[in-house]
Amino acid sequence: MSGTTADPRLAAPRLAPRRPIRLSWSDGRFRNIVYQILVLAGFVLVLRYLVGNTMMNLEARHIATGFGFLDSTSGMPLGETILPYTAGVSTYGRALTDGVLNTLKVAVIGVVLATVLGTLIGIARLSPNWLLSKLAAIYVEFLRDIPLLLQLLFWYVLLQGLPAPKKAISLFGAVFLSNRGIRIPQLNWEDAHSFALLACAVGILGSVLWAKYAKRRQDATGIRPPVWPVSLALIVGLPVVVWAVLGAPWDWELPALKGFNFQGGGTVTPEYAALLTGLVIYTASYIAEIVRSGIQAVAHGQWEAAQALGLHRGKILRLVVLPQALRVIVPPMTSQYLNLTKNSSLAVAIGYQDVVSVASTTLNQTGQAIEGITIIMVVYLSISLSISLFMNWYNARIALVER
Amino acid sequence: MIRASLLPAAGLLLLAAAGTAHADGSGSATLDAVKARGQLVCGVEGSTPGFSIPDSQGVYRGLDVDGCKAVAAAILGDSSKVKYVPLTSTNRFTALQAAEIDVLIRETTWTMGREASLGAEFAGINFYDGTGFIVKTAQGIKSAKELDGASVCVQPGTSTELAIADYFRQAKLKFTPILIDNYPELQAAFISGRCDVLSNDSSALATFRATQAKPADFMLLPEIISKEPLGPMVRKGDDKWFDIIRWTYFAQLIAEEHGLTSATIDAAATSQEPEVRRFLGLEGDLGKALGLDNKWAYNAIKQVGNAAEIWDRNMTPLGVPRGINALWNKGGLMYAPPMR
Repeated sequence: MSGTTADPRLAAPRLAPRRPIRLSWSDGRFRNIVYQILVLAGFVLVLRYLVGNTMMNLEARHIATGFGFLDSTSGMPLGETILPYTAGVSTYGRALTDGVLNTLKVAVIGVVLATVLGTLIGIARLSPNWLLSKLAAIYVEFLRDIPLLLQLLFWYVLLQGLPAPKKAISLFGAVFLSNRGIRIPQLNWEDAHSFALLACAVGILGSVLWAKYAKRRQDATGIRPPVWPVSLALIVGLPVVVWAVLGAPWDWELPALKGFNFQGGGTVTPEYAALLTGLVIYTASYIAEIVRSGIQAVAHGQWEAAQALGLHRGKILRLVVLPQALRVIVPPMTSQYLNLTKNSSLAVAIGYQDVVSVASTTLNQTGQAIEGITIIMVVYLSISLSISLFMNWYNARIALVER
Repeated sequence: MIRASLLPAAGLLLLAAAGTAHADGSGSATLDAVKARGQLVCGVEGSTPGFSIPDSQGVYRGLDVDGCKAVAAAILGDSSKVKYVPLTSTNRFTALQAAEIDVLIRETTWTMGREASLGAEFAGINFYDGTGFIVKTAQGIKSAKELDGASVCVQPGTSTELAIADYFRQAKLKFTPILIDNYPELQAAFISGRCDVLSNDSSALATFRATQAKPADFMLLPEIISKEPLGPMVRKGDDKWFDIIRWTYFAQLIAEEHGLTSATIDAAATSQEPEVRRFLGLEGDLGKALGLDNKWAYNAIKQVGNAAEIWDRNMTPLGVPRGINALWNKGGLMYAPPMR
């Protein structure tokens, strides 16, 4: 293979001229080509056998193929959905979309929370405080040794142990904890809130641009214009002003006990809570170790050298230690994010309807096993590749530039 | 390029693993495989008392289990040569399609959709059932009409799941489904109060109630909201195998009709009744026509018993009345075509 690449070094005139391939077994390049043809032929044959056999079996059993079932009406009920879904009215395509969104809901929030918790515990383990560092060490050693499935079942059973809705634990008469989940007050959403959210997005964009301008000014004149106050005004102040101008609507819907369960307000189901808690706590134990190793990988001399230059502690961490630590932290962190996302498929065990759960019920109801499994694979592949791409981009950004 | 094309191939392995076309032998790939293996691989539920559950010695017992045993006795002459594969409601059909099991006898409801699209078919009905609800007596609920807003525990991928969705939609009631694949865990969720109602086939609910420490704490609601005919399921495309499963089951009904039990079948050899003589393989070649020994039905009844014996062994101790599951001439729906 190497002979065919367009590597400029190979094309350099100083190299010996390429001799033609001899049709002889003693020619290494000839051997390589023969081996590769054999491997490719074997692969094609295996693939042909698998596809042919599958088609034959599908035909023998009169199983339809294709993704047409996505448009047909689905009778299966779903427990919690982001997009509206009604059993017997919505399609399988919508059910699967809701499954994917449920997976993303766990994965995205799980990754953020696990990073925060893991970082705190990783730093705590390096703390000079004996009690704190030992507690962090116990956390890590204990939780990463217990299988995740067991932890999920533990959290689920624990949440089921909460009292029934009629005896729910009430916090300030607004938040209710029961075995049906956590009920929280919900804001009655109005246009003003949407505009405020939009203003917040504009504010974030504006503050990024302002920060860039500030850096240019500092480079040019040595004077740094204020960044934080301006950002704060843009991100928080602007939405508040927009919201106030539009009449400042502030109506909260409080959950109230009616019939079997609380009605009104938002809800966090025990299934989601158990899955999120389990995934975050488990993954955080790995992230803690990654953070610890990353910080310890920075030589102590770096701290001392930075101190000698007169930098204060925050700046040392931000400008000297962290850039070097992140170089070690980010690559294994990507793996943890991928693990968390894929581990979320254990949701099936505790009745949270992620994409695997919905797809396996779908393939069970429709008999489209190959299509169902393909959908699951494509979904996880897309999510995983997106995480990898983002993390690789971030990794390249923070990589130490060696000169 | 290689990596990209491996992905669909991995998915195809699912069905590619299923048996290839049969060249010679009995004309039934499944029968040949069972004979060569010397063992029947039977898909069961594995955790429902009365249908299939291991006893304290780890031996599987139940109505479905006896169905597997009768098939093993008919084919191999030994009812103990069965390997039981416990399956969940969502993985059962895939296991059957991919030939991980020879037959699925797992409280599976015969529906048109399943027969038309799953590549499998039902060989008969071994239990006439219907979807019901069970609640805690303390809740004071008397009817399914009062279930508006309730959380309902149900297994995903079942016909029960579809039946209750239909029922609540038609009755214009709201419900929250709590869907857990594993039946013992689903029951635990109901007992702990995660859901207000447990829904399943009413026979399974009756056995659930009977096996609780205090059965009076639980109450079955009077509504039966769907027909749930349960039966053994086989892959399409192997008609001889289908015949064996269907007629082994009919043999249990015919034996009951003629009063042949595991205890009396040996004495029946002197009988002059033509159907009994055909049943015992003394006349005709019906067993050979199935690709089996002519003693196939004798072996099945001698070792496992007839339909009434199987019922008395598995359902009577749980207090489930036979009702519509009795023979047709005793007021039930069980009817076998003649054996001739």
